[in-house]
Amino acid sequence: MAASLVLALVVAVTVRAVLFRSSLAEFISERVEVVSPLNSWKRVVEGLSLLDLGVSPYSGNVFHETPLIIYLFHFLIDYAEFVFMTVDVITAVALYIVADDYNKVVFRKQRHSFECQRYAPDVITLVRTPKEMYHIPLKVALFYLLNPFSVLTCVAKSTCAINNAIIAIFVLATVKGSAFISAIFLALATYQSLYPIALFAPALLYLAQKDHVSVNLHCGAFYVYFLKYAVMFLGCLLVSLCLSFFLLSSWSFVPSTYGFILSVPDLTPNIGLFWYFFAEMFEHFRLFFVCVFQINVFFYTLPLSVRLRDHPMFFMFIQIAIIAIFKSYPTVGDVALYMAFLPMWSHLYRFLRNIFVVTCMLISSSVLFPVLWHLWIYAGSANSNFYYAITLAFNVGQILLISDYFYAYIRREYHLVTGLHLKSKDGKEAHIVLK
Amino acid sequence: MGLLSDPNRRQVLTNLVTRMNTPLCFLCYLAGITWFMGLAFEPFALRMYTSENAMGSTMVDENFVYGDRALSYSREFSGHGKKAGGMPVDWLVKTMTGLGLETHTQTFTRTLPFPDEIRERYMVKGTNVYGILRASRAASTESIVLSTPVEIRHNNQAGGLLLALASYFRGQIHWAKDIIFLFNEHDMIGMEAWLEAYHDVNVTDISSSVMQGRAGAIQAAITIEMSSDVVTSFDISVVGLNGQLPNLDLVNLFTSFCQKNGVLCTIQGKLPRTDGETLEGYVHSLNTMLMMVLKQGSGKSQGDHGLFLRYHIEAVTIRGINSFRQYKFDMVTIGKVFEGMVRKLNNLLERLHQSYFFYLLPSLSRFASIGYYMPAFIFLLLILLLKALDLWIKLLQVPVCPRDCVEEDVGPGFLSILTPVFICHAMGLALYYVPLLCQDTATDHFPVSETEAVVLTSIAIYVAGLALPHNTQRVLPIEMADCGWMTLKLISILYLALLLGCITLINFSLGFILAVTLVPAAALAQPVSHKMLNALFLLLMSPATVLMLCIYLYHELAEYPITLLECWQLFLQAIAESILDHHLYGSIVYPFIVFFVYPCWLLLWNVVFWN
Repeated sequence: MAASLVLALVVAVTVRAVLFRSSLAEFISERVEVVSPLNSWKRVVEGLSLLDLGVSPYSGNVFHETPLIIYLFHFLIDYAEFVFMTVDVITAVALYIVADDYNKVVFRKQRHSFECQRYAPDVITLVRTPKEMYHIPLKVALFYLLNPFSVLTCVAKSTCAINNAIIAIFVLATVKGSAFISAIFLALATYQSLYPIALFAPALLYLAQKDHVSVNLHCGAFYVYFLKYAVMFLGCLLVSLCLSFFLLSSWSFVPSTYGFILSVPDLTPNIGLFWYFFAEMFEHFRLFFVCVFQINVFFYTLPLSVRLRDHPMFFMFIQIAIIAIFKSYPTVGDVALYMAFLPMWSHLYRFLRNIFVVTCMLISSSVLFPVLWHLWIYAGSANSNFYYAITLAFNVGQILLISDYFYAYIRREYHLVTGLHLKSKDGKEAHIVLK
Repeated sequence: MGLLSDPNRRQVLTNLVTRMNTPLCFLCYLAGITWFMGLAFEPFALRMYTSENAMGSTMVDENFVYGDRALSYSREFSGHGKKAGGMPVDWLVKTMTGLGLETHTQTFTRTLPFPDEIRERYMVKGTNVYGILRASRAASTESIVLSTPVEIRHNNQAGGLLLALASYFRGQIHWAKDIIFLFNEHDMIGMEAWLEAYHDVNVTDISSSVMQGRAGAIQAAITIEMSSDVVTSFDISVVGLNGQLPNLDLVNLFTSFCQKNGVLCTIQGKLPRTDGETLEGYVHSLNTMLMMVLKQGSGKSQGDHGLFLRYHIEAVTIRGINSFRQYKFDMVTIGKVFEGMVRKLNNLLERLHQSYFFYLLPSLSRFASIGYYMPAFIFLLLILLLKALDLWIKLLQVPVCPRDCVEEDVGPGFLSILTPVFICHAMGLALYYVPLLCQDTATDHFPVSETEAVVLTSIAIYVAGLALPHNTQRVLPIEMADCGWMTLKLISILYLALLLGCITLINFSLGFILAVTLVPAAALAQPVSHKMLNALFLLLMSPATVLMLCIYLYHELAEYPITLLECWQLFLQAIAESILDHHLYGSIVYPFIVFFVYPCWLLLWNVVFWN
């Protein structure tokens, strides 16, 4: 397995290196689907040169990265391509280990359930076997490394790749059960792009269950655990914010990064839902709808944490996907991250209902993005409505994908307990209907 | 969600898709074709109307009187042209400066990838001459282009008219936009050189001298072609590079001024008729529309204006036709038409954007917009989706071998699908690169010219592709019986649907022509029963055969029938021209066919010969 992983890494790095050297690199780094105003490499370079001139990089309205990133690249600017390839490798390896570890956990849990006779007798076909699980870690790594979305992100040198790496390490630390490191990386991810704060809930649930603290609101130990983790997280966040303050000796980065993320002033088209809506809107409704759109990301966290209390890893996946769909400046790099988790749920395949339609939708809309962009911007014959239509199709596809996986997961859990072949009261085979 | 999540209703849908598949597909095809045919029927098509306010409501009166001057200019132009053996640069510069224009020249050179035998050129060297009439009422922020291609013995009258218009416009006081009078040599190559230099970009490998003077952003352009002192009618040509069309308001502008001056105007060389609701009238407008579809599908620019469109500039080419009709128009009337058009364009407050950019023209008074013609294509696309769903459902029902052999099967099964996909695309790459790389070798060893070498090598590789993929498939050890070809067919059908969807948005005609031919071929392709018949049908619907059929059909529609041999000659020419168009102007039709459509078609071929 390790050999296959190394081979995959070599192939992935080669593909990226070749693309870096080709004429496509410049074209890719200009694509609005791949880079957003938040993470475009051009803006990082701009910020760096401002910094070199002794001007605050946030004094203009161009640079929206966090101070730590700019100081990181202050030293590494000459090795940028190498850094981005390494970051992708780190993400893939981290996800590989996550999948490997999580498999062991799942298997242990399954054996435990069998021993307690919690499962219905006829569910043998639903049970996961080591043989089926053996290839999952490699598939996860491959899904990240060879996904065109992540390749494009890397070649465009979008700092989204760094965010992905931080989130991947955070998930790894969580799976390994190390609360402190998990908190550090969660804080870093939040510091980077704000939205990962929603991952606090799944991480807390996972860590608590790993430490055998029962997740129960009447249980004092859980509150203690919650406080411990929250303090660690907030402490790390505070440290990184203060560090940024001392590096620049001003708080000007806060409105330029977090303010920029939250108030959505840049309406450059991207694959998200914000730009068109806010370009069309009357100015005096703006604040209200900004709040509505932003709350959308965090809105699902509470109900999901109730429903998926016992499955924090799946919760984590859903939450990452929700962030990728509803964040204010999404890029394909965010999509690539949650897509890497899909092989971990390959056992849900038989319960997925619309996977064919959804796959077709996602592929066709991602191909149509550049076509409609060309028609709108270069040919001038189409207009923004055409492009937004495809954005909508892409997002509807993503939402259907996530809800399909969610439904399949819940349904499998249901079948595991109640048995695969359900009988209705009159003895006929029953159907489960989602209404 | 109810419909998709309720298993009973889902079952109904599934049954409908699988049992009724063939009749549904047939119905869709019929509906698609009928819809398309219906577009040309006059009562169904929309009547033309001008949307742009600045052009619709304002009046201009045309007073052009320099008809004789135009004729004398054209004599001189032709004389000096013959003396110079091409563009009479010095004379033009002198005359235009004398008229009070700010005159500049621009030289350019371009070496073609291989000799162009039709136009007899290989190492092209030329000069463009242009004069700018500065607007008296505004800063030079916007401009209008009037251009004409300069050729020996052709088009002299257009040159003369342009000069006469320049001298007349010079005395007018209402210009708010600069007017550029452009004489471009070597038709489209010169135009491309001028446009690239004007916008200071280099998208093709043309090398040209630096632009000495510029006017503002070009708002619109009119290209004039005329080779006689009097005309009987004007023909307007709208289709540009890659099938891009100018805003419909520009066409409206042209027709309205032709009507105002009582000049006969045609499109695709077809006279307008008033009996649109009769069968004869319908056939006439169907002919006209089909000719437009074929022209647009070729992706070739039908005149020098086609290159402007890429730069967001609305442009048309207007040709003066002198046929055997009795009633002829002199230079004064012709000049009035152009004067009126330029005056109205001068009134524009913003770029033309109100009217349609996607349309088909069954006549100059009617049009079918994107909303009207898209359903025809969507019906055809629906066939592919129905077939794909059917295959997907069948694939789900195929009993997968017992659970423990799944793992071993996945690897090679996956490989047996991936190999043909890979080989087909490699063929596409070879088809693109090999002919140009090997032209020297081919001319050394065979008694052919460079052009023939390129075209014949392309055809050879194309044909060789038919033999290659299904041979390599036998090398692979395992077969998955039915699943194999079904999976491959599923992939190629979805791939085809994606390709057609993308190209239709860019160039509807190309997409529709490909859909009409490839969709039934793709739907029918399967390795069981009547294999040879299937293969024959697929061969008949291959991109190359379709090109030949289109050439034949075009000449039938143009009422200029050709023999099979002539068709073959034109077919060879068309291939050479499409390669040249791609390299010279960046037309996308050739690479699209070679990189995507041909490999996709090879995949279908592979499906038929799956064993």
